[in-house]
Amino acid sequence: MLKLDALMMDENELKKEADTAEDVSIINCLGQRYLGCARKKGHMLLSGTPGNGLASYLDGARIDVDGNVQDAVADTMNSGLVTIHGSAGDALCYAMRGGRVFVSGNAGYRAGVHMKAYKDKQSLLIIGGTAGSFLGEYLAGGTIIVLGLNKGDDSPLTGFFCGNGMYAGTIYIRSRVKPVNLSDTLSWSVMSEMEKQEELVPLLSDYVKIFSLSLDAVLAGTFARIRADSSKISKQLYAAV
Amino acid sequence: MKKEGEVRIPSGCAVCGIFARDGRSINGEVIARSIALMRNRSNGLGGGFAGYGIYPQYKDYYAVHIFYDSLKSREECERFLDSHFDIINLSKIPVRQIESITDAPLIWRYFVSPLVHKIQDSQLDENEYTARCMIRINNQIDGAYVFSCGKNMGVFKAVGYPEDVARFYRLEDYSGYAWTAHGRYPTNTPGWWGGAHPFALLDLSVVHNGEISSYDANRRAVEMYGYSCNLLTDTEVITYILDYLTRKEGLTLEECANVIAAPFWSTIALKDRDEADRLSYLRKMYSSFLITGPFSILVGFTGGMMALNDRLKLRSLVVGEKGSTTYFSSEEAAIRAVEPELDRVWAPAGGQPVIVTLDEGVCV
Amino acid sequence: MNNFSRFRINLRKEDCISCRSCVKQCSFNAISWNEETKSLVFNHAGCTDCQRCVSFCPRGALFITRNENTFAPHSLYTEKVLRELFIQSETGGVLLSSMGSPAEKVPVYFDHLLLNASQVTNPSIDPLREPMETRTFLGRRPAHAQRGTDGKLVNNLLPHLDLQTPILFSAMSYGAVSLNVQKALARAAEKLGTYFNCGEGGLHESLYRYSANTIVQVASGRFGVHETYLNSASAIEIKIGQGAKPGIGGHLTGAKIIGDVSATRMVPEGVDAISPAPHHDIYSIEDLRQLVSSLKEATGYRKPVIVKVAAVHNIAPIASGIARSGADIIAIDGFRGGTGAAPMRIRDNVGLPIELAVAVVDQRLRDERIRNQVSIIASGGIRCSTDVVKALALGADAVSIGTAALCALGCHLCASCSSGKCAWGLATQNPELVKRLDPDQGADNLVRLVSAWTREIKEIMGGMGINSIEALKGNRLALRAVGLNEKELEILGVRYGGE
Repeated sequence: MLKLDALMMDENELKKEADTAEDVSIINCLGQRYLGCARKKGHMLLSGTPGNGLASYLDGARIDVDGNVQDAVADTMNSGLVTIHGSAGDALCYAMRGGRVFVSGNAGYRAGVHMKAYKDKQSLLIIGGTAGSFLGEYLAGGTIIVLGLNKGDDSPLTGFFCGNGMYAGTIYIRSRVKPVNLSDTLSWSVMSEMEKQEELVPLLSDYVKIFSLSLDAVLAGTFARIRADSSKISKQLYAAV
Repeated sequence: MKKEGEVRIPSGCAVCGIFARDGRSINGEVIARSIALMRNRSNGLGGGFAGYGIYPQYKDYYAVHIFYDSLKSREECERFLDSHFDIINLSKIPVRQIESITDAPLIWRYFVSPLVHKIQDSQLDENEYTARCMIRINNQIDGAYVFSCGKNMGVFKAVGYPEDVARFYRLEDYSGYAWTAHGRYPTNTPGWWGGAHPFALLDLSVVHNGEISSYDANRRAVEMYGYSCNLLTDTEVITYILDYLTRKEGLTLEECANVIAAPFWSTIALKDRDEADRLSYLRKMYSSFLITGPFSILVGFTGGMMALNDRLKLRSLVVGEKGSTTYFSSEEAAIRAVEPELDRVWAPAGGQPVIVTLDEGVCV
Repeated sequence: MNNFSRFRINLRKEDCISCRSCVKQCSFNAISWNEETKSLVFNHAGCTDCQRCVSFCPRGALFITRNENTFAPHSLYTEKVLRELFIQSETGGVLLSSMGSPAEKVPVYFDHLLLNASQVTNPSIDPLREPMETRTFLGRRPAHAQRGTDGKLVNNLLPHLDLQTPILFSAMSYGAVSLNVQKALARAAEKLGTYFNCGEGGLHESLYRYSANTIVQVASGRFGVHETYLNSASAIEIKIGQGAKPGIGGHLTGAKIIGDVSATRMVPEGVDAISPAPHHDIYSIEDLRQLVSSLKEATGYRKPVIVKVAAVHNIAPIASGIARSGADIIAIDGFRGGTGAAPMRIRDNVGLPIELAVAVVDQRLRDERIRNQVSIIASGGIRCSTDVVKALALGADAVSIGTAALCALGCHLCASCSSGKCAWGLATQNPELVKRLDPDQGADNLVRLVSAWTREIKEIMGGMGINSIEALKGNRLALRAVGLNEKELEILGVRYGGE
């Protein structure tokens, strides 16, 4: 594995050098942008605080970050895996189409806006802590899970306007507390034990392994599912002249 | 090409700030290193700093920083200053020649105190008198532009990247308990130093990231109260709104935040009754000061600093804490650049101000 | 002269099934049935092109056209001018007209203003998914905030109106329109969270239950004004003037003062109801203050007082005077404001377009530092959601709509309101015609119309990156002008497109 120290070189040099190897580890990241952008193969290990646009258009590679990440991570990601051992800034996974993003800590505003799914591409975002406002806005497919492990299942785990305008996909929240202002075009249903086993176990199994958590302990909490209720979406929005 | 103020220039930006609650002095070099990390949020067309507690030897005098286009404008301005203030000290602000900083105006600094009989004649308080005099210089003396006029604080700004601006002004020669910094990304070339940020009035200084969509509604509202928005920038109008609300209406900074980044009605409805009443009152009373569109601002004032995002949090803003120092920045990395080991780091929610002040008993 | 008709009624005979629906629907006696010939007979001169017969013809067999007959073309003495000369020489009467002025040479400034949108430098907002606020407050604000001894802010706001959307229904009196029209307006206002205005003809008892959505009017005739009336509303409007007829009073003929109209106006049946041109207790601005205060006194200072004026040349100082008279809201009705009946020469020649009036009033009140203390309602030719947005960006707090609302109830602008024969059952008291409007269906139409506009307003605001209506108010940078001269730009306070 190629080992690089971000303190020792400038941003462009660093990225050029990182592109020369499939597997690369970079220490002391500090705001360098677009690391792992559109990367197809191999493994990238980052420590420090990488900059905005990390893993955008990611196309198959795996990226592990030991630390917090900033804004616009996994933007329009297509496939691969990103694990963040820390928290994420705003606009995480915007328009992500496929692959998986695992965050151990919190996510900022607008996580998972317009995430989608297409054929075998099923995007998955799992947030270990809480999420800011506008989580999963316009959700068009794929899955978002908010675990709130730092909160417990009797707390609200999202900010305002969760899932506004979503029309497909699913948001799972490990809490019995419904997000405030949840739009009336969305359904909120607390899951049975069987549903948890069937739907959540396949989604969570890799996540708990990566972050060394107990699957049983995670599943022990109350989970609820948010989906679009197509019967409540207004039909007569437009009128032809 | 039109100068800033004749045309409205939208800008994106980077902001950061450092505040020592224990009042200890932080060298200007530190804030310069922090903002330098966010170079790609600026485009070299504006950078600047505001430092608080940097003039302890003259802390009872207004420190007036002025750009002059010509010797003639300097002479005219000094005549005006002389007839309205006691000038305790005047000098050129020391600068270092930097290749990337060009077209520098004449940059002068004055420590002044209002003439007592003039204040009495004007029936104004000292601050209002000084503010009006400075606004008059900017409006009426061709080629003179006051860009800083608070006590024991100063703004340093230029057209250039912020780290170059710091070297140009020899920022390492100044130390203070609070600093804010700004790197500007205007959409076209202003080419005029007055348009760089921070923007300041008396000891209130603002750095801002974003472009607000309510600009003209806010401008026309604040101009009703005697302000004149000459630069047509968001920062200018935000500064005037805050000055009006705090100094003339007596609102607290938190109340100001509830006005300019007011919660949605749907959010207010969720609050308990007293709080809902308070928030509705502020929203209704000062409805024309609601600021919409993206902004994150850092407001510096004597003894404190406030960070605030728009109510949708359309711009990023991170706060870090280490011991008695609080850091603010558009990006976490810029904080880590000067303090890698933070006790705590978080992103405040939209519309929720983070206000820090000097610890009780600390004098600066 | 004068068998001249403006329109012709045409029939596609092959489609007609002789159902005689058109005969029944026509309230102007323009269509009758000849039993002998078993055919329709048309009296073209009676036709107003109200489209009632066309709308109700089950086979689409009828259509109305302009009369093809042409007078000798003359650019100065047009057909319209000649017609008016003939009518006046025949009748000796003042020409009477209905609906807002169609004067072609007076610019519709709304159509010269273009709106802005966000691109890159700040984000546009999708109103279907993100919060978008159109809630509007109208009323007086105190000059300064106030704190109690505990340091907490004191709620020193005065009574105000609370609208979910910045659109109200304009004043239309019972008498000028039918009770069913007012019922439809009241029900729609309730559903929409806005206000209807009962006009100067009093408030029918059946409408008292809508008091939370009612504005009552006090005009120079003071018809139906009494303590219960004043207290059955959320606000009281003093009507000084109307855009269609500034400086002119009103005259509801005795023929319309029948039954409940008489009872509601408290005027004996069959007696004309005259609204004097001025309020004879207001000959000067300080008298206005007296009326504002007495109304507040009568209602325990619980209701905001609106003063409605027509937009005239010196509207700016007039508005300033009104603001200083203690009024909470100024309603300005522009040149194109509608009317049931107004002298045509007045309607088409007196006053100012609402766009100019709002612009100068807003700026004047700002110059005098009192803009924040009063609200402005603009009316007179608000035809669509973009007119609303433009009026707000010029400086209005809200608009009110009359004609557009009537259209939602069926009006086709035939402009025969003063005849009392309205075929759509709106501007009439004829019980047979009044029945034609179902107030519930009418209310539904109004709700749909205003909801659609509100949605469009949100869409436009979202495009500009504005998510609350207060950020639009007076935001003139949201506007650019095309096809206007420098003076017009200066008065509107708007830059030219591309600037």
